This record gives sequence, C-alpha cells and structure tokens, in this order.
Amino acid sequence: MVKLHNVMIKGTKDGLLLHLDDRCSFSELLNELEDKLLPHQQVNDDSHVLNVRIHTGNRFLSKNQEKKIKEIVGHKKNLQIESIDSNVILKKDAERIKRESEIQVITKIVRSGQILNITGDVLLIGDINPGGKVMASGNIFILGSLKGIAHAGCLGNEEAVICASKMSPTQLRIADCFTRAPDREEDKPQEAECAYVNDAQQIIIDKLIVLKKIRPNLNRFVEGGL
Amino acid sequence: MGEAIVITSGKGGVGKTTTSANIGTSLALQGKKVCLMDTDIGLRNLDVVMGLENRIIYDLVDVANGRCKLHQALVKDKRFDEKLYLLPAAQSSDKTAVTPSQMKKIVDELKQEFDYIIIDCPAGIEQGFQNAVAGADQAIVVTTPEISAVRDADRIIGLLEKEPMDPPRLVINRIRTNMVKRGDMMDVDEVTNILAIELIGIVADDEEVIKASNIGEPIAMNPNSKASIAYRNIARRILGESVPLQHLDDASKGMLTKLKKFFGARV
Ligand SMILES: Nc1ncnc2c1ncn2[C@@H]1O[C@H](COP(=O)(O)OP(=O)(O)O)[C@@H](O)[C@H]1O
Ligand SMILES: [Mg+2]
Repeated sequence: MVKLHNVMIKGTKDGLLLHLDDRCSFSELLNELEDKLLPHQQVNDDSHVLNVRIHTGNRFLSKNQEKKIKEIVGHKKNLQIESIDSNVILKKDAERIKRESEIQVITKIVRSGQILNITGDVLLIGDINPGGKVMASGNIFILGSLKGIAHAGCLGNEEAVICASKMSPTQLRIADCFTRAPDREEDKPQEAECAYVNDAQQIIIDKLIVLKKIRPNLNRFVEGGL
Repeated sequence: MGEAIVITSGKGGVGKTTTSANIGTSLALQGKKVCLMDTDIGLRNLDVVMGLENRIIYDLVDVANGRCKLHQALVKDKRFDEKLYLLPAAQSSDKTAVTPSQMKKIVDELKQEFDYIIIDCPAGIEQGFQNAVAGADQAIVVTTPEISAVRDADRIIGLLEKEPMDPPRLVINRIRTNMVKRGDMMDVDEVTNILAIELIGIVADDEEVIKASNIGEPIAMNPNSKASIAYRNIARRILGESVPLQHLDDASKGMLTKLKKFFGARV
C-alpha cells in the first residue's frame, strides 16, 4: 500500500489543524481525508468536541467542494469545523475587497443633477452642490462644502460616517437612516463636522473629534501596521 | 477662423436672449464681425429684440434642410455697417427640426466668415440645448441671483463640463442692489460660491433694458445706461482685455472688496 501524505493532521492545544495538499486530485484528497479521520469515528460520548481548522494551501475550493469536505468532517461526532482557509481567492473577490477597503480620491464639484456612486470609501476634494448627490458603500469624506445629499453605507453599513469641512446638507443618509438639513445659526463660523448613526438609529452631527471614540475602526490603516 | 460662443442658462427668462443681443452688439461696436444665431426654434425672439423681425426671409431650419444657402438666410443689421448679422430661428417648427450635426456644420461655415458667432440657446436641457452647444467653442452661462436659476445654471455647467470646450464663464443678470442690501437677494459672492466658475460680468436690473428691447434697440447701443456699460465690459473681457468687474453703485461696503477678490482670483 502506498503511503499517503496528502492530508497532514496536527494536534494543537486549540484542536486539530488539517493541512490538505494542493497538488493531488480532489477525489484522492477526499478518500484520504475519510481514512485518516476514521479514528475519530468511534468515540465515547463524553470525549469533548475538537475544533478543526482546515487549510487548503494553494487550492481554490468551489462551493461544492467545500461542502463535500464539510460533510466528511462533520460526520465525525466530536469534530467541528472552525474555519476553512486557502492561500488563494478569486480575482473577482480580490478586486471587490480591494475596492471596498480603498479610499477613492476624487477632485470635482458634484453639481445639481449629478450622482457620484462609489464602492468603498470616498474622499471628495470639492463641493457637493444643492441637487447633487454622493453615494458610497463606505465612508464619505468631503474636503469642501456639503450642500447637496450624501448617502454613506448605502448598501446597509450603519457604521459608515460622513465628514465634511462644511456640513450644510439638504439631506444626510447613512444606511437606511436619514435626516433633513440641520438648523444652523446664521453667520456662525462653521467648523468641520461628522455625521454618524447612534444606538437609537438617529443621525447625529457632531465635532470631528468624537469619531475617534465612536468609530475606532476608522483607524484601521494605521493600526494594520502600515 | 472665428469663435462660437453659446449663451445658455437652463432656466427660461433669465436673460439669455438679452445677453446674446447685447454681447453681439457690443462686439460689433468694437469692430468685430459678428453673427447672432437664434437657436430657440419655435420661440424665436432674438430678431424682435434686435428690431430685425420684418426683414426675415429664410431661417435656420431652411438652411439646415438645404432650402436656401446660408448667406441668403443671414439678416444684415444696417446700423452696424456690415459688422452685425442675424441668423434667425424658425417660428413654426420645433427643436427637432435640426440635428446637432447640422448645427455644427452651419456654425463651422459661419466661423470662416465671422469673428464671433453668438448662439442664443433655448431654455431646458433637451435637444434644443444639445443643438445650441454642438458647434460652440465657449459657453457663457447666464443666471439671475435666485436659488432656482442658480440651481439650473449649476445643472447646465455640469453638462457643459462634459463638452469638449473651454470651461464656461458666468454672467449674473438682474442684480438689484437694494434687495441685496436688505438681504432679500443672493449677492454675487453667494452665487459664485456655489457655481465656482469664472465671473465675466454682473448686470444690474435696469428698466432701460426692457424699454430698449421693446423698441428693438439693444441697450448696448445707448452708452449712458449702467446695463449698457456692463454688457460692453463683458464684450471687452471676451476680447481678452482685463476690465475690472463693475462696482454696482452703492452696493454694501463688503461688495467692493468681494469684487476685488474675484478679480484678483482671475488674474
Ligand atoms: N438686466 C436686465 N434688467 C431688466 N430686465 C431684464 C434684464 N435682462 C433681461 N431682462 C428682461 O427679462 C425678460 C427675459 O429676458 P430674455 O433675455 O428674453 O430671457 P431668456 O432669453 O433667458 O428667456 C425680458 O423681458 C428682458 O427684457
Ligand atoms: Mg430667449
């Protein structure tokens, strides 16, 4: 009998780590996985459940393949899949993730009747005029006056914020919440402000400084170690 | 080779036709050979404002459809010694009677012979607008200091910025100083803050403008009125002279400094 090394099992203090070879055929992999997990088939009920983390190397798993692996592992009573990881993802997904995590910088005046629609965050250097609209699935940062409509988190992200050097919007929207123009005291010099959704699902306009506290994740770039 | 300038606004009644007539007249007075072109098919009135209505034989639609030669449709303004002509719009057709490519062809032909072609644009953003901008090299946007007019001007500027032409320039028409002072009318600063394009002229609201239009003698022919000076100054700026923006009589103290600021920003 040929000795097989396509499935490597490592025990760690957190459970099992399964390394699945990425060069053999998928059916070979399934067979070997079945064999190697046999010892976990018969267990006494009181043995505790082991978490399993699976890594597929450079193999991309289709939804269907992922399901098959889950079936085999899931059949073993005391095993529970924690994660399935791979070094590779689809180009399509990679591009989406990149777009969503990037800030797009746009220099422009968004004029009446114009709509700017962005995936991810946007830094607009310019004004949004009355009748103009900017939508983003992420945050909206405006280095200029917001006089029209801004809709942040337009795909449903309530954590999204809107910041503007001058906040005089016709309307603000974050996810499904919206608010009309804030009442302003005339002639009061205006400073940069931000808008966010509070726990009561209301849009609040406040000084920029509060962001650090209420949306600490905005700092992801720095804290990510860049 | 001449230059074609479209006068547009989005909203109707803000002074496109008046501005076209007076810029055209002022350029002719400066010795330029000018053709005024009315593209408001179905609602023509540049001919009336110029007092040339009774001399029209052919019109723009006739030229576009080959019913006459271009020069047959041009109406000469005898007051200006071969310097000023009008290509009238048709009164009985609609905006779809000409296409943008026909318009461009006519404008290109006019550019061979004239220094300036001033194109009076109809209101709206539909085909009439597309026709009027088709052959233009430059655009002047006219607005009054009213929120709705400024909003429409902004929309039009957005559309013009997509056209292959120089950035549009702005005329603010019908400013009423006493209303501005009372805070009942937007001031120049508020308008330019929103539109953020180069200001090429400020024209006061002046009864003389209406009187002049009614007798078919554009106000620019009368050297003594405030509005006339404003229009003549716009023409000089089009010609490249650096003329300070006119200080509208007894405007608030802030006004003069503001105007200086605009002028400074343009140099
Ligand atoms: N500066 C002005 N002062 C007073 N009346 C004006 C002025 N400019 C235009 N008007 C008047 O406003 C009306 C509309 O002007 P018009 O040029 O026909 O606008 P449009 O071509 O944009 O529809 C006309 O009666 C005109 O005489
Ligand atoms: Mg008109």
